Amino acid sequence: MIHVENKDLVIPGQILADDEYYSGRGTFKENGKVCSSLLGRVSLRNKKIRVIPLKSKYVPKKGDVVIGKIKDVRFSMWDVDINSPYSGILPAFEVFGREKKELNRVFDVGDVLFLRVVEVDEIKKAKLGLKGRGMGKFKGGIIVDIAPTKVPRLIGKKGSMINMIKDKTKCKIVVGQNGLVWVKGNEDMEQLTREIIHLIEAEAHTSGLTNKIKNKLYLAIDGELPPEEVEEVEEEEFVLEKPKLQNFKEELEEEEREEEERQKEEKKDKPDIGEVIEEFKRKNKSKDGSLSYGDNSNNSFILNNK
Amino acid sequence: MEIVPEITRKSIVNLVTNDKREDGRALDEYRDVSIETNVISKAEGSARVKLGGTQVIVGIKPQLGSPFPDTPDLGVLMTNCEMLPMADPTFEPGPPSDDSIELARVVDRGIRESELVELDKLCVEEGKHVWMLFIDLHIIDNCGNLFDACELAVMAALKSTKLPVATIVDEEVVISEDETFDLPINNELALCTFVKIGDKMVIDPTLSEESVASARLNVGVTKDGHICSMQKGGKEPLTKDDILFAVNMAVTKTKELIEHL
Amino acid sequence: MSDLIRDDGRKFDELRPIKIEAGVLERADGSAYLEVGGNKILVAVYGPRESYIRRLLEPNTGVIRCRYNMAPFSVDDRKRPGPDRRSSEISKITADALRPALMLENYPRSMIDVYIEVIEAEGGTRCAGITAASVALVDAGIPMKDIVVGCAAGKVYDEIVLDLSEKEDKEGQADVPIAMMPRTGEITLLQSDGNLTEEEFAKAIDLAMEGCRKVNEIQKEALMKKYSIE
Repeated sequence: MIHVENKDLVIPGQILADDEYYSGRGTFKENGKVCSSLLGRVSLRNKKIRVIPLKSKYVPKKGDVVIGKIKDVRFSMWDVDINSPYSGILPAFEVFGREKKELNRVFDVGDVLFLRVVEVDEIKKAKLGLKGRGMGKFKGGIIVDIAPTKVPRLIGKKGSMINMIKDKTKCKIVVGQNGLVWVKGNEDMEQLTREIIHLIEAEAHTSGLTNKIKNKLYLAIDGELPPEEVEEVEEEEFVLEKPKLQNFKEELEEEEREEEERQKEEKKDKPDIGEVIEEFKRKNKSKDGSLSYGDNSNNSFILNNK
Repeated sequence: MEIVPEITRKSIVNLVTNDKREDGRALDEYRDVSIETNVISKAEGSARVKLGGTQVIVGIKPQLGSPFPDTPDLGVLMTNCEMLPMADPTFEPGPPSDDSIELARVVDRGIRESELVELDKLCVEEGKHVWMLFIDLHIIDNCGNLFDACELAVMAALKSTKLPVATIVDEEVVISEDETFDLPINNELALCTFVKIGDKMVIDPTLSEESVASARLNVGVTKDGHICSMQKGGKEPLTKDDILFAVNMAVTKTKELIEHL
Repeated sequence: MSDLIRDDGRKFDELRPIKIEAGVLERADGSAYLEVGGNKILVAVYGPRESYIRRLLEPNTGVIRCRYNMAPFSVDDRKRPGPDRRSSEISKITADALRPALMLENYPRSMIDVYIEVIEAEGGTRCAGITAASVALVDAGIPMKDIVVGCAAGKVYDEIVLDLSEKEDKEGQADVPIAMMPRTGEITLLQSDGNLTEEEFAKAIDLAMEGCRKVNEIQKEALMKKYSIE
């Protein structure tokens, strides 16, 4: 006997089903009943019930990619705030190998980094590393924070949502599984992207979201609705899977290329901020993929700090 | 204080340099203001103010007490502010912090120096009994610019305050149980707070704007354009031009703010 | 049963008008606002978060800490700001009342702070505080076995009645505030002050539990209202 349907909103203590069902994440079994332990939505697969929380703090897991802020520099490590009840540490060894260097010359308090969780110890302290390309310090851009549980929705199935936003705003976007998002592009587009990301967060549970966001983006940028509807593939999207984060490697290689081109173009191409949207329209029409905007002087990742 | 990411600092400064803000406002634009009065029936005066996401509640309670020796015929105002730990993850429980005391004193200064409360009408018996008004500010949600929200709240609460009628019968104070009078108020005032970001003065700062600002300026102006309180805060200096610009703007903006009362 | 009508026109088993709203603050991780009778209560929850108060932390689970505070203007005679013995006791028993429902094994060495602000008091603030705190905890996404709910019964003019008002509390002979987890009926807070026979006590606790179940429905409605798709 089951008392709820898929996607139903449930609250802690609510009885979801009887004994023949399995208790998944966000639920517990007591006296032969499966009960919810969270405020969230039911995810029902076969006989397994899970509850996907509406809100939840990020708890670090090995292998996650996160965005963190340096909060202290110590003798042989950095303390990193990873938007979690648990702080992270980035050992100097992970960055320099056996070399000895002054830590605060490399990353200082207030720097924001893209990191991988290398290990989580028994008290949940996360050891962080920078192995893998694209890891390292962000330069420029803005940080947007959302509920970590909404990260899969922001990415969308196979990256559909995030790619759409990137395509339309020409912003670079990096999503950390801890709910922090880095956005970099034209100043106005950064702010628009922030708005869009918060809209996705607020309406994550609604259907037809991809189209809604698409319309919003087109209206804001082109002043008119998009030519055709995208096919909705949202049915399963809200299930929390390990988010398929964008292929950072390819993206960053591309970015490096862009960066080089940009530096060549820099002198001649620095558009007036007020005309930027016009500029985009024009460039979009001319199918010119290589855009250049903003202040290029601080426009790159530091890759692996070589 | 939270550490502000370096890129956030840069992005806010860049925006302001281009006359823009994270929430899309103009540099001289306030967030939405909403004021509710008489929200606490046990307080003689009260108000709740929302300024964007910032929320404060103020309650005013009168008590009979002795006047100060140098002002034997004047009532007494006392402003106290609790930055509740509920309002901000960095606020700690415990006695008022320096910030909280400064906030209360700046808010108090505007009310006091504009002389908008007719304190002589709060005298029950000269030299012996006067009304003391306890103005208690409760900060419940801090999304930046507590100063202006608090001043609006105090102003609105004062305007809603009703005191019991007290008379002297056979040398004793008798407080009427049902007869009240409106607290006599002869003016209106608002506080306009600016922060300096880059080279510009920005009104009604959000929390992130406050966190990257180099300096702060509070300007208290009455309805008729008199400047009656100011306070400079923050680590860095201001230029004379910054200050004159802010004062000029405050005189205009005060009229807007007072309309909400 | 009695058909006594009380001073404020309520029947013996009738609650004062009650209203709950979830998610009312921006900064807090979770929040709730509650009005019952003349009480106005605001609760904010922060956490689970890192805490530097080492001695409070536990290696295998998260811990909860409550702070019950009355605004100076919440009562007839202005209350001096800051904690006193009464509010310290209420803070402690509130944490004890909420703790059994929390499932914090996944958050070892973390802290949950619950801040209960009594904006206006009119009798029964501790139960109202617990009821609002539970809603705020759910709103914060804290895993829980159940939503704890508080309600009091008491003895006024020799009758056992539900949810004492301030006046009834002052004039009455006994007050029995309880908190419970409605799904299992387990009691997580119990105080009693005043004079009751064993029989009266049993009656009071039944009545208070019945009251809790009614209030629990309002808690659920508040959460559903906040988060359901329109």
